[in-house]
Amino acid sequence: MINRNPAISKGIDWSLIWLWFILCSIGVMSIFAATYHEGDSVLRGFISLKTDYSRQTLYFVIGCIAAIFILLTDSKFFTATANLGYALGIFLLLLVFPFHSRVKGTESIIRFGNAFQLQPADLCTVFVNLALAKYLSRIETDFYKLRSQLIAAAIALFPAVLSIMQHETGMALVYFSFFIVMFREGLPAAILIIGFSFSVLVVATLLVEKNTLALVLSGIAGIAIFILRRQVKRNRGMLILIVGIWFVCVGVQRFVVPFVFDHVFQPYQVKRIYDAIGKDYVPKNELAEREIEQKKGGSTDDNYNVKQSKIAIGSGRIMGKGLLKGTQTRYDFVPEQRTDFIFCTIGEGFGFVGSTIFLCIYLVLLLRIVVVAERQRSVFSRCYAYGVASVIFFHIVINVCMTIGLAPVIGIPLPFVSYGGTSLLTFTMMLFILIRLDADRQMVLR
Amino acid sequence: MSVFNQSRSNIIRLIFIGLFVIIIAQLVNLQILSSKYKKLAEENALYAKRVYPTRGIIYDRNGKAILNNTVMYDLTVTPSQVKNIDTGYFCQLLGIDTSDFRDRIIDARIRNGAFRPTTFEDLLPPDIFAKFEENIWQFPGFNLQDRPVRVYPFDAAAHVMGYVGEVDSNIMKRYNYGYQIGDYVGRSGLEQFYERELMGQRGIEFWLKDNKNRLVGHYENKSFDTPAVAGKNLRTYMDVRIQQLAERLLVNKVGSVVAIEPRTGGIIAMASSPDFNPNDLTGSEKQTNYGKLVLDVSAPLLNRAINGLYQPGSTYKPIGALIGLDEGVITPASGYDCHGAYLACSHPVKCEHKDPGHAANLRLAIAHSCNSFFCNTFRLTLDNPEFRSPRRGLTKWKEYANAFGLGHRIGIDIPSEAGGNIPDTTAYDKEYNHSWNSCTMVTMGIGQDKMLVTPLQIANAMCIVANKGYFYVPHFVKSIDDKDPADSVLNRFNEKHEVLTHIPDNVYEVVTNGMQDVVEFGTASAAKIPGIDICAKTGTAENYRMIRGRRTKMKSHSVFVCFAPREDPKIAIAVVIENAGYGATWAAPIGSLLLEKYLTDSIRSSRLPLIEKLTGTNLMPRYLIIQQFIEDSARAAHWAKQTGDSTRWKKFMTPSIRSVLLDTFNHVFMPALSSNIQNMPMDKPKNNLKIKENDSDSNSN
Repeated sequence: MINRNPAISKGIDWSLIWLWFILCSIGVMSIFAATYHEGDSVLRGFISLKTDYSRQTLYFVIGCIAAIFILLTDSKFFTATANLGYALGIFLLLLVFPFHSRVKGTESIIRFGNAFQLQPADLCTVFVNLALAKYLSRIETDFYKLRSQLIAAAIALFPAVLSIMQHETGMALVYFSFFIVMFREGLPAAILIIGFSFSVLVVATLLVEKNTLALVLSGIAGIAIFILRRQVKRNRGMLILIVGIWFVCVGVQRFVVPFVFDHVFQPYQVKRIYDAIGKDYVPKNELAEREIEQKKGGSTDDNYNVKQSKIAIGSGRIMGKGLLKGTQTRYDFVPEQRTDFIFCTIGEGFGFVGSTIFLCIYLVLLLRIVVVAERQRSVFSRCYAYGVASVIFFHIVINVCMTIGLAPVIGIPLPFVSYGGTSLLTFTMMLFILIRLDADRQMVLR
Repeated sequence: MSVFNQSRSNIIRLIFIGLFVIIIAQLVNLQILSSKYKKLAEENALYAKRVYPTRGIIYDRNGKAILNNTVMYDLTVTPSQVKNIDTGYFCQLLGIDTSDFRDRIIDARIRNGAFRPTTFEDLLPPDIFAKFEENIWQFPGFNLQDRPVRVYPFDAAAHVMGYVGEVDSNIMKRYNYGYQIGDYVGRSGLEQFYERELMGQRGIEFWLKDNKNRLVGHYENKSFDTPAVAGKNLRTYMDVRIQQLAERLLVNKVGSVVAIEPRTGGIIAMASSPDFNPNDLTGSEKQTNYGKLVLDVSAPLLNRAINGLYQPGSTYKPIGALIGLDEGVITPASGYDCHGAYLACSHPVKCEHKDPGHAANLRLAIAHSCNSFFCNTFRLTLDNPEFRSPRRGLTKWKEYANAFGLGHRIGIDIPSEAGGNIPDTTAYDKEYNHSWNSCTMVTMGIGQDKMLVTPLQIANAMCIVANKGYFYVPHFVKSIDDKDPADSVLNRFNEKHEVLTHIPDNVYEVVTNGMQDVVEFGTASAAKIPGIDICAKTGTAENYRMIRGRRTKMKSHSVFVCFAPREDPKIAIAVVIENAGYGATWAAPIGSLLLEKYLTDSIRSSRLPLIEKLTGTNLMPRYLIIQQFIEDSARAAHWAKQTGDSTRWKKFMTPSIRSVLLDTFNHVFMPALSSNIQNMPMDKPKNNLKIKENDSDSNSN
């Protein structure tokens, strides 16, 4: 516990810092490619701070300063303030309700003057991550108890509820990534399997006709009983279980999904989900139709975004068109280009090879974080590291899947790359807290 | 504790890797396997702009441009940029009203969107263009877009030059030059025949466009662009002064003139009347003008020089003489004792001359144009003892006539040439059930009967006579600028056709002697020009026409052919004036004036009144007026029947005219229409269709 060498560089995992630096550079470059117009002076663009790429550079510099501060902080500070931070995060989320300004349909942004705006939902992931790690690393916590599991889930999902109330469904989904942390800490695998099965069932409900699906489910149940017939003979409970599961599945497929889609989700969200699975959504009533129209704002609709994004990425072919050569991304065909659809720029400019290398950098980062996580002595650090990996992973997967048409349009940024100060700062802080904790991996933090 | 659950870290790693594999699989699908996205991207962002080169210029033999290019201006509008303009003033300048203005802006928005320019008014007339050029700064969003337009500086040679029009589906199917809807293409005349040379090579510029379809810049620094290559200029044999004079002399007549240079086959002038001002078919009014021309029964769009079919009349006689001489059935000394008619066949054929001895030999017979002599010659040709059958005689004769270029297309370098007709045995077999002899068709010897030729063919036949047996296919274009002479469409015009060179020169001499006598003391003495030996032949071709279903004998066509000078001929001319009377009266002076103008570069002042007289005389056949009336009134009646709007019909509805119409329609064309005329109200325009009054004016001229 006594640190004889006060140099802050001691024990720091430089590979993570390099990966972080590479990703941020790619981010600035992609934003430059997406927003640079021919004939602009590049140097002036960078100095003036009026262009998006220069702002992103500024955020990067601010991120560096924050990172240095974090590296100078004692690790114990993070454990000590974790709960306080959680409270702060929730407070910020609540603050949105009176002070939000409506930007692009979400109500999750607080503006400070004209230039600066804050999206607390982003920032909150750091605090939730810390708080969850803190809770899981308590000596009193026995994670095999249902009560503990429920408390942990509540810590993770309470901000999600607030986000949904702010119509920021994408961010809400991110909080579900903490289940990966919980899984690592002993959450029964059954829960993950059930969750996965449930999502498969929901998608199947949307894709397959009602009665057909019911028949298929019945068939699966029948086959299950047939295979397990010996156990069933021995144990009546098994039969009841299978029939119960079948009953729940059919119930979900018949009643829950239609109910949720009609009454819980906004019509535009339903449309996005339908778009992602490639089906036409016919609004139930005029009201829903009008709401979709309003959401579109008259000009772009999400299906258009995804189509243009797929065209942009698909036209990159194997080697790509080269930086600043992309025809689709450079002439505003893809809306939200520099933020949520930044992956298009890479896909069009550098093609399959470039995109794959880019994704591999992310994968190396994630796997490196997992390695770092596993070498921690302290549970807090390990949980936190897994939290970082999960959050980043979730962002990447949902964002990239959205641009290539595998997921519905959910507005969440690509970590370190998408334009946006809050997002870049959040991820930088998150990563550097991990690096700081990792530097002190010999300590046991509680 | 860290060992605890450690296997789960591997599961988490697997989850991470698994989802990345799914993403990369989708990338393989999008970027490698499916090629449609690249195409979609190009459609999205690339605009292939076609660059139209200027069409080639057509020059006459003295280097004057008969067909040139000029620039006219379209007024274009970009609706999104139209702000705060004085609409009233704008409409006043353009001569439209404000509601029309609004409609057009809306139309432009619908057709091309608010961000791209759309044509608001095309081909502004010069005066309106001048007003707009001064004031265009007052109208943001409006622009003057230049556009090359064909112009005919001499207002001449409409039929020869032709005009350009938009391509239709037929042309696009037939020629694979890559035309697109909206492209202009030569639709007649030289414009059509030399389309490939004149049109040049269209260029393509690749432009990048943004999400609002605005062009933002060149693609890849123009490296994929193809520059446009201007069309090639044509140098013709035409002499625009002769052309203009010919057209002037043909005013108010139905007829045509062809003048050919015998040594080369180059056409010096080709005029057809009635004609039109070719510039009418270029400007903003071209649709209206074209409609008027189409509805005119005198068919101004028809090039009679290559499409008019006439019996050549006496102008055939020199050819008949040459055939007879070459066949050996007559000699230069042969004569015929004519007393005013040819009586050897059942129907007498009248001759203009009664005095005995006017056809004492061939030369005199040609000079006096003795019908009897040539009827006899024709019969002798057919009943040539060498063949022992008029059937084979006729076939042989037809070979000769065809060799003279009569009765088949010659292959001139403008499209839609008519072939004419030299009948063969089958035609008579059919008509006379195989029982015919040389008497049946005796008038063919004087250029009548079933013989039909175009003025071009007669002129070309004169070239053969002048050249003593050879000819070049008549053509306009002497050379094409910047064109490799080895590989040229013109090659076939440089080919010498020695069709009748086996006839000895002295035989030709006999005939040309006779033709010279025609001018010296014969029928065409009016054509005499001092100092020039002219060989000529007049013709007065009897003709019939189906008028209201009856075969009616019309006034004779006035025909004239000539070439001069006799030694080293420089020009051969054929003139046909429909239904004008004697060849010597109308056609001969016209031919003579053209000859004089061409050979001496000017016209003697003593003959200037002749020009005035010819120009001032109206020889339009009367049946055309009646025909026009019938067509117009029938159209008006049809319109009235279909729409119930009798405003167009009204002006035709005087009782006398009505009876004429009833008379016409009852007998012939349209029984349904005639009953309709009977049921028409006498003079009661219906007011409920007032809107249509405007176009009724423009159509029923």
